Amino acid sequence: MKNLEDLEKKINSELTTKINNTEIKHNQIYIETDKEDFIDVAIFLKTNQDTKFRQLIDITVVDYPEQNQRFEVIYLFLSHEFNQRLIVKYLIAENEVIPSLTSIFPSANWMEREVFDMYGVSFKNHPDLRRILTDYGFEGHPLRKDFPLTGHSEVRYSEDQKKVISEPVKLEQNYRNFDYESPWEGTKYIKEEIESNDKKN
Amino acid sequence: MTKKIKNLNLNFGPQHPAAHGVLRLILELDGEVVEKADPHIGLLHRGTEKLIENKTYMQAVPYFDRLDYVAPMNQEHAFALAVEKILKIDVPIRAQYIRVIFCEIGRILSHILNVTTQALDVGALTPSLWGFEERETLMTFYERASGSRLHANYFRAGGVHQDLPKGLEEDIAKFCETFPKIINDLESLLTDNRIFKQRNVDIGVVTKEDALNYSFSGVMIRGSGVPWDLRKSQPYDCYESLDFKIPVGKNGDCYDRYLCRIEEMKESVSIIKQCLAKMEKGPIKSLDGKISPPPKAEIKQSMEALIHHFKLFTEGYRVPKDEIYTAVEAPKGEFGVYLISDGSSKPYKCKIRAPGFSHLQSMDYLIKGHMLADVPAVLGSLDIVFGEVDR
Repeated sequence: MKNLEDLEKKINSELTTKINNTEIKHNQIYIETDKEDFIDVAIFLKTNQDTKFRQLIDITVVDYPEQNQRFEVIYLFLSHEFNQRLIVKYLIAENEVIPSLTSIFPSANWMEREVFDMYGVSFKNHPDLRRILTDYGFEGHPLRKDFPLTGHSEVRYSEDQKKVISEPVKLEQNYRNFDYESPWEGTKYIKEEIESNDKKN
Repeated sequence: MTKKIKNLNLNFGPQHPAAHGVLRLILELDGEVVEKADPHIGLLHRGTEKLIENKTYMQAVPYFDRLDYVAPMNQEHAFALAVEKILKIDVPIRAQYIRVIFCEIGRILSHILNVTTQALDVGALTPSLWGFEERETLMTFYERASGSRLHANYFRAGGVHQDLPKGLEEDIAKFCETFPKIINDLESLLTDNRIFKQRNVDIGVVTKEDALNYSFSGVMIRGSGVPWDLRKSQPYDCYESLDFKIPVGKNGDCYDRYLCRIEEMKESVSIIKQCLAKMEKGPIKSLDGKISPPPKAEIKQSMEALIHHFKLFTEGYRVPKDEIYTAVEAPKGEFGVYLISDGSSKPYKCKIRAPGFSHLQSMDYLIKGHMLADVPAVLGSLDIVFGEVDR
């Protein structure tokens, strides 16, 4: 369907129980669903004559460490026929295993490997779940919010051992994160003082 | 008596001139026929996404130059558009034209590099010598506008960093007159060349269906006959007001993709010409002092300008909580940015969707059953740059 509102209605009426919420923002449809229903939603979106989201653009995860369900998994779809973009997302807890999309979209293979590498989210029924971007033998999941920017280990060539070795990061100066949050756009005590003065007058 | 024959495993790269960067490709060979290809990537992984999460929105721009480093400004464009859409700011018309001109220059830069090195991979040396001379000219345009030949850091949310220097528009116009002849020269070397055709025709054929399944975009999908170009289908900046054609291939082989790239360069020249003709004097960045820094002269006069300048280069501008996916038609395909902002001056997350990543993924599918010597030809026509594949 060419029209975004019609498309949203269609998806809502066809998948009533399977989706939790839909929203139109920035000319794209955002759909919230559950881990259990996601595969059905994806198959519907790909095969239905009125949606035809036949291309998977990307898969990614957002890390919210303070939440109970820590990771939000995000899938971006594109429909060439109707020139629409659609975003499907669902929340999962830290150690949950999620279904793989590789049987429906072959291109999901590397995208899921990247998610596994960067966030440590595992996929069920993935044909070849290995790390992809990080080094052989790398430990940890770099894009998690609790992974330090400088990393844990660094690699260098050792002249003594005549090989490349990995050792803990040693920095002459730590990474400094300055807090520039503006104090003069509402420092509390000044604001309160002004307000109390205003009241007095 | 039967003999057991074992397949040969061959390491292609990471130091191989035809790998176009640091690709380690593990090939399983049966004689000279490739049975399986397993690309190992990540040798150029720099953690761009992690770094961007720790920088302000303005500091994030240079990282985009370092993704696909043969067409830097096209990447900056995607990020600038994403921030602009969340901030809901308008870009002055002159800035839109400047951005489109430099994006098209980026497209020519990338396509020259790809076409000529692909020719180099299959044995033709001359095209690269001719092509790189033109690239040098184009990079001087980059330098004159932004101050650097490669890592431009020129686009900003709300426009571009500074106006074009005097005389640059005329020089770009002159280039547009002479460049089509160079394309013809390149074509006379390659298009009907017997060896080039033997190496490329019917090699690495992609069907329409598979192009969709493997998330192809850009020339890779157009070469297979799908008329899809984001500049036409989801126009951004001033592409809507420009008149250009989308070249589409027929057979989906390496040769068709080469032809598409040649035609796209011609279209890019025409787009640049149109922009130059339509461009008028005017502001080149958003006039909102909370987003774009004030001119240097004003800082010495105005207290407010000084404050804005200080705040923009320490804290940076804040972007309201939102999430958005924007994509541009980069030379290699759909380059997208999925940006999540949380109201602070740093992005909460910035996922970069690089076209080369999904193209390289299909290497196994493309090369299965081909000869070993076809590997560089297919790899060349995929148009891989490791800056963006590894991020």
